[in-house]
Amino acid sequence: MSDRRLPPFTEVAMASLALIVAGGIYLSAHLPKHVPLTPAIILLAASALLMVGNLASLTRVPGFAWDRFVQVGKWSLLAYLVISGLIEYTFLQNHIKGGSLVVLTLSLVVFTIHVPALVGFTVARYQEPDEGPGGDGRSPVIAGS
Amino acid sequence: MVEGALSIAQEPEVAAPPALEIPDFEIVPRLGLVFAAIAAVAIVVLVAVNKLWPLVFLHVSFGAAWTIIDLFLGFVLGPIMGAMPPPARVQFITRLMPKMVVIMPIVVTVTLTAGWQLASHMGTVLTTYPHHSWIVASFIVVGVMAVLALGLLEPANIAVLIELKKRRPRPEVVERLMKRFMYCAGVLGAMQVATLVIMTRIASFP
Repeated sequence: MSDRRLPPFTEVAMASLALIVAGGIYLSAHLPKHVPLTPAIILLAASALLMVGNLASLTRVPGFAWDRFVQVGKWSLLAYLVISGLIEYTFLQNHIKGGSLVVLTLSLVVFTIHVPALVGFTVARYQEPDEGPGGDGRSPVIAGS
Repeated sequence: MVEGALSIAQEPEVAAPPALEIPDFEIVPRLGLVFAAIAAVAIVVLVAVNKLWPLVFLHVSFGAAWTIIDLFLGFVLGPIMGAMPPPARVQFITRLMPKMVVIMPIVVTVTLTAGWQLASHMGTVLTTYPHHSWIVASFIVVGVMAVLALGLLEPANIAVLIELKKRRPRPEVVERLMKRFMYCAGVLGAMQVATLVIMTRIASFP
């Protein structure tokens, strides 16, 4: 296994996701009352900052397998776009609107970017420099694609 | 014992054990995607229709699947897999894990979406519901489970399959990722017990 030092990407991503989840629980636990959005906005902003910082920290890793990261991350992104779309659709069907909808939608954006990045990172961290993005050439994420 | 040792010693060409045979497999099974797409369309339609029984059906059936899979993986299959010889373990992983890649995300998404819609339909999601604190407790348990599943379980699932697709997969990487997957499934299984307590309690309120 490679001994290169990596940033605590997984830990930071989980903290970011936990902040989003906390914001979502805060908002949904008070329905249908109007609650101050400030706590949820602060949680969302902190989560987004962690995400940006997390992705930035990866750019400083020498020899990081970006090709593998992108190869896996793009398929994962597609899957999580579908999942987020379903969740957003449910919000709209339940007439969530205004500030709450904006905060929840932006939370979904962070979720949709950060989870695929986490999947991409987990795969790319085990990529050795002498391995191509396809490994032995038979490893696209979806066979035959 | 001695006899066996002698017979091994007499073998002049005893070499290192053969390399693990890894069967060809799809990381994301296409057939599974068809079923996932059907489930996704079903939940979109049923949220739009917003009828009680179909929502209860989806929430209970997919929720039961989620609970049982987590418990079974964490407490039954995990220990069995740990005791398997490496070749058998590889055969098992290459058959089980691609299915998990497709099954778990759609099972979790349908359970949560149907659950939210059901709670909205019944009014239990509102603060006016007398036992609202139980609903909030379920949000918290599911939230913790989601962070664990998204942050640790799912990435390990994908990574182990991609490692096994390499020409020379490293056993230590596969081992490490599978341990992470199984321990995480065990923790999620234990948390599913909390979900069962909350959900059965909510269903028992008059």
